[in-house]
Amino acid sequence: MSTQVFPPSVEEEIRHQDTMCVNESVIEHRWYDNLKYMAIGLAFGVVFVKAEIISWFRIQEMFRFQSFHMYGVIGSAVVVGMLSVLLIRRFNITTIEGETVVLASKTFNKGQIYGGLLFGFGWAITGACPGPLFAQIGNGASVVLVTLFSAIVGTWVYGYFRDKLPH
Amino acid sequence: MLEFIRNPWPWYVAGPLIGLTVPALLLVGNKSFGISSSLRHICAACLPANIPFFQYNWRKELWNLFFVAGILVGAALATLFLANPDPVVVHPKLAADLAQYGITDFSKLVPTQVVNWSALLTLRGFLMIVVGGFLIGFGTRYAGGCTSGHAIMGLSTLQWPSLVATCCFMVAGILMANFVLPFLLAL
Repeated sequence: MSTQVFPPSVEEEIRHQDTMCVNESVIEHRWYDNLKYMAIGLAFGVVFVKAEIISWFRIQEMFRFQSFHMYGVIGSAVVVGMLSVLLIRRFNITTIEGETVVLASKTFNKGQIYGGLLFGFGWAITGACPGPLFAQIGNGASVVLVTLFSAIVGTWVYGYFRDKLPH
Repeated sequence: MLEFIRNPWPWYVAGPLIGLTVPALLLVGNKSFGISSSLRHICAACLPANIPFFQYNWRKELWNLFFVAGILVGAALATLFLANPDPVVVHPKLAADLAQYGITDFSKLVPTQVVNWSALLTLRGFLMIVVGGFLIGFGTRYAGGCTSGHAIMGLSTLQWPSLVATCCFMVAGILMANFVLPFLLAL
């Protein structure tokens, strides 16, 4: 399969539309370098299961204001993330390979409202966001493979109709 | 100690650990935390179909697919070796509500009485599994991120569009869970 190659500016614009990595590393990486990210994902998956973040019941309790658990999880995660970013910026901490950490800024478009609402509906129905979908499958709920496949189809359909949707 | 690990972890342990994913990914390889983009990379890799949105070098984003594979394996390991022996504790009011719809089994993290392979062929199961999944994929990409990319990474870097998106996630979730889902579950 051939992938079309765009000039760097266009490629960057495409990648900016997402939370994708826009700061291209000049260091050549081999495939097994990606195992580092797998290790981080592994830890993440354990936390997802052990704190019941992937529980459909916890998500229902959150949206019905019956439990503080999920608000505590998301709130404290944001605080820790914010402090980390602050420290990285303040002390110019570099990556383990010595590169400057670059943070992409997001631009507002109406998609964040329309898409956000649609995703919110799906989140409450399935009790999962994209990360927990993978974790629910790992947890043994094999039928969630269908949910994941459907989410991939949803992403594709969005890509197909992207130009016709209000942004 | 093992007792503590086996029991459900409290929010003040789990939340900070999840927050640490942000600097971990940034410092390991300058990567922005985000999970829903993995779905886009799968589309770009499997069926780009000349759609401009999927025409980019997805191989550069392979790290994201390794990351989500790690989530799946990590969840499996936690389930196999660190499982909580007791059923999920559910708020009594929620438990009473769900019992009306025949959901009484809290032993798993998903309501297996509603979400299972044979339920796929019922209207309720189809809506909850297939339509629910579609909304996740379509909505997150339309919004440009999910709970990780917007709510955690976006808010951590003080992006106001992410705050807008996060508020929309919550408003829609609250409406769905309280006013629409009861009708779905009653189907």
